[in-house]
Amino acid sequence: MNEEVLRTEHVSKSFGRVTALRDASIRLAKGEVLGLLGDNGAGKSTLMKILTGFHKPDSGKLYFQGKEIELRSVSHARSLGIEPVYQDLALINELSVYRNMFLQREIMYGGILRILNDGAMREQARDHLTQMGVNIPSVDVAISKLSGGQRQAIAVARSVYANAKVLLLDEPTAAMGVRESAMILDLIRRLKEKGEVSIIIVAHNYAHIFDVCDRVNLLQKGEITFDRSTKETSVEELMNLVLHELRSARESVQLSRPATE
Amino acid sequence: MPGDKVFSLPPRQEPARRVERHSLARRVGLFLLHSREASIAIAAIVLIIYFWSTAPAFLSTSNIANLAEYAATTAIIAAGEVMVIICAEVDLSAGMVYALAPFVMYFAHQAGVPFVPAILLGLIAAAIVGMINGFITVVLQIPSFITTLGTLFVINGFTLTISNGYPVQPKGTPLITNIFGGNPISQILWAIGITLVLQFVLVKTRWGLNTIATGGNLLGAAEVGIKIGRIKMGNFILCSILGGLAGVLDAFRISSIDPLAGGTDIMFMAIASSVIGGTLLTGGSGTIIGAFLGAAVLGILKNGFTLSGVSAFTFDMILGAAILITMVINVRLSQLRAAGREG
Repeated sequence: MNEEVLRTEHVSKSFGRVTALRDASIRLAKGEVLGLLGDNGAGKSTLMKILTGFHKPDSGKLYFQGKEIELRSVSHARSLGIEPVYQDLALINELSVYRNMFLQREIMYGGILRILNDGAMREQARDHLTQMGVNIPSVDVAISKLSGGQRQAIAVARSVYANAKVLLLDEPTAAMGVRESAMILDLIRRLKEKGEVSIIIVAHNYAHIFDVCDRVNLLQKGEITFDRSTKETSVEELMNLVLHELRSARESVQLSRPATE
Repeated sequence: MPGDKVFSLPPRQEPARRVERHSLARRVGLFLLHSREASIAIAAIVLIIYFWSTAPAFLSTSNIANLAEYAATTAIIAAGEVMVIICAEVDLSAGMVYALAPFVMYFAHQAGVPFVPAILLGLIAAAIVGMINGFITVVLQIPSFITTLGTLFVINGFTLTISNGYPVQPKGTPLITNIFGGNPISQILWAIGITLVLQFVLVKTRWGLNTIATGGNLLGAAEVGIKIGRIKMGNFILCSILGGLAGVLDAFRISSIDPLAGGTDIMFMAIASSVIGGTLLTGGSGTIIGAFLGAAVLGILKNGFTLSGVSAFTFDMILGAAILITMVINVRLSQLRAAGREG
């Protein structure tokens, strides 16, 4: 296997009396695409927020590129190259594509005036998007004029351009049509071929993303219950695991319910 | 956040530039459709022609000076309002700061401070009001409509208290008076200068970009690392200072400082100018030049109706209707623009 980029060891996190994450250990290799699957409330977003530096784990360790680290904040994580792409994408609808691409990393003319160099940003954004195979009418259009898939692609391209080493994609194909999500999955495949970025895809609809993943982890009630290469498993097996959990949950509810009549 | 990080550039490829060729007429049409400022400029020209034809005195030198002074004051305050409104906030207190700042200047001068530092003190007082507005809105999380509604009354009461409700006459040296609004051209030059500088800040600097981002997508802006609190605070301070500056300029122009001047009237005119000029009250989008033109249109309407002999009673009705009609046209044009871009 390739060298390791990101690893968690026995990470736990509780909010009050609710244990959101228990003893979660994941491992991400360079260039790997890991699917982090699970139902709503399984602890996916808690784990994601720990990896982005938003939450601090109660216990457990984080390793980045082989060294133990403590993520102080979201910006600390980003400065290391851990780039989240949130569901809201953090894009500004009113601004053009290239200005969104360079938000907070604007290219300026030199000197004290710090004037935005739109020409350079426009050109580099265009080059970069072409290289990544992202198809948009022009880098000058406002984000509000793009489709959901195009927006997602811009957000991903922006993170990659920011020298991301680990991309955390939160539900990248949620609420997207077939063609749109195919476009995003294509983009992920192209990134995989280049092998420079490692990707964690957080999703609850695993059928969508199963094909692009190298490996899947299943989160159930805050624990990682399943970790296997996609070659050794199938969508059906995952579905059975989740259904089994549902069924046993329903049974335990029935058992614990006192007789009312 | 690696804000100033410089990137290693990807290997350059010569980008395939899209060459768009349109006929001249089509290009002019597209420009008018796409530029928010163009439609309001056309409205201003139509109004000028109309009033000129009904009352030839409309284009007399003295009337133009009159008109320019009125529009200039509004335009200066409107420039600040646009920045605040783009942040998806609003400053209702700017008209009261307009009355406060010249009094602070006057009393400082009475106490022996020379005029230039006294003016600065007046503007600092204005900046402090902006800071309070920003602090209550950003830190205490009170909607700015409420925050500035509160400070509106507080400042009004404060100004009335320190002035005892009586107007005073500032006696600046001729040079000071001429620079700060005494000369009919100076005030309009201030307005044009402020408009151009702020428009540049808005479209060509990181501050402007972050202002648009803050109003356009608050959460997203925070996620990419924009200090949204600092942006809002800065724009509140800016708006207040411009309100104070407009008050100081008017004080020298009419060589009188009235505690009852400005107030809600000029504040609403400034906000109306911003909105007529194409700034969205929902935030995320706006134009300073548009607000300048909006102030000009309001000034032309007010002045033109007075010259045409419209009675003061009917004037407000006409003005209100004119604002509504302008806005309806503006919204329709925006929709056309949006449709045009999609195609």
